[in-house]
Amino acid sequence: MSAPGHPAAPCRASSPRLPTPSQTAGPFVSLGTAWLADAGTVGETDPSAIVVAGSVLDGDERPVTDAMLEFWQAGAPGASLVGSSQSWSGLARALSGPDGRYRLVTVKPPALPGPQLQLQAPHIDVSIFARGLLQRLVTRIYFSDEEANQADPVLAGLASPDLRSRLVAQRSNADDPGSANGAPTYLFDVHLQGDRETVFFGPW
Amino acid sequence: MTTAEAVPARPAALDPPYDYPGYHSTRLRAPKMQLRPIPPGLADKGGPVFGDGLLAREDHDLTLGHPGEPVGQRIIVTGRLRDSAGRPVRRQLVEIWQANAAGRYRHDLDRHPAPLDPNFTGVGRCLTDDDGNYRFVTVHPGAYPWKNHDNAWRPAHIHFSVFGTSFVERLVTQMYFPGDPLLVMDPIYQSIADRRAAELLVARFDMATTVESWALGYVFDIVLGGAVPTPVDG
Repeated sequence: MSAPGHPAAPCRASSPRLPTPSQTAGPFVSLGTAWLADAGTVGETDPSAIVVAGSVLDGDERPVTDAMLEFWQAGAPGASLVGSSQSWSGLARALSGPDGRYRLVTVKPPALPGPQLQLQAPHIDVSIFARGLLQRLVTRIYFSDEEANQADPVLAGLASPDLRSRLVAQRSNADDPGSANGAPTYLFDVHLQGDRETVFFGPW
Repeated sequence: MTTAEAVPARPAALDPPYDYPGYHSTRLRAPKMQLRPIPPGLADKGGPVFGDGLLAREDHDLTLGHPGEPVGQRIIVTGRLRDSAGRPVRRQLVEIWQANAAGRYRHDLDRHPAPLDPNFTGVGRCLTDDDGNYRFVTVHPGAYPWKNHDNAWRPAHIHFSVFGTSFVERLVTQMYFPGDPLLVMDPIYQSIADRRAAELLVARFDMATTVESWALGYVFDIVLGGAVPTPVDG
């Protein structure tokens, strides 16, 4: 078998193949993906519901109005639209609106052991698709009220408190007015560029 | 149970870069900082499992669901979804969206003065079968102008969104049509530096898929790659 990264042999039935490359989701991504968006992983009135909300902003700090965000997380029970596999239990989508804002209703995931049994603090993994992104961007949302952040290996790998803070959603003092049951709300803006550029992971 | 460790296996040149000046929308959206290493365990995190109840039976046929049939060349687009080892990706979600035959999207932000088709929304989805196969019925999308540069036209394309069995295999891409003269001047297509990789996005016209007196057939196989979890012994 060829080593990872080695160019694949010409296509044959069972040989390793060249992966299909990525292309931008384009400005009309909502057309194809909205049907699965804004449903959250739990209902708005679920007693364990939290809200994660924020804006997607470009290098001029202007709202990105045509992004599709996908949230993958552990611990979301009974996702209403999709089932779960052993190591996965929640997928949700949100579209950024005309003001660049998105909103996710979900539950806070549990802390989970990583592959080396090092505990990872509660987090949600996020893929961002939009016009102008030839590949998805991947980031991660942690929560400001979690002690476990102190020992998280991914946060620890970032050199400065400033960089670490860019991955941490801030618990809002005011309950989200849009939430029926006063669910705890966490604010997480995505900065594609600029002084507060979000920490992105890759390459994929 | 084996532990697994992510090894980036996707040759870097195959995917387009974030920053590609020929595609102007990348200018304010491509991140400037270096990407950080993929968090442990994320690459091989399992993918969602989609149940049959999620989809309606006609969701794969974009020519249905309206009072009449859409205008345009009826086509069948089919293919196999596989992982980089050649294994079929079973029961996973494939979503498509596209312009109508005149090159117009049913979307509020599409200002191209070409007609909308009351019988075409341009959105489809299906689950792959147990051999990784998917199949859509639709119409050939039109090319359309965009503002990227003077006299810029996007080649006819269908947007594809595909899930694999792990986080790393998540893919959104576009399918193109063979022989399209616009491909050589399209910055989005040309952003893929490796010609062999770019050509993977061009569907193959296929007589075996073509249905007599009804629809032309195209085959678009998809291979999911990315950082491949490599089992570690012990």
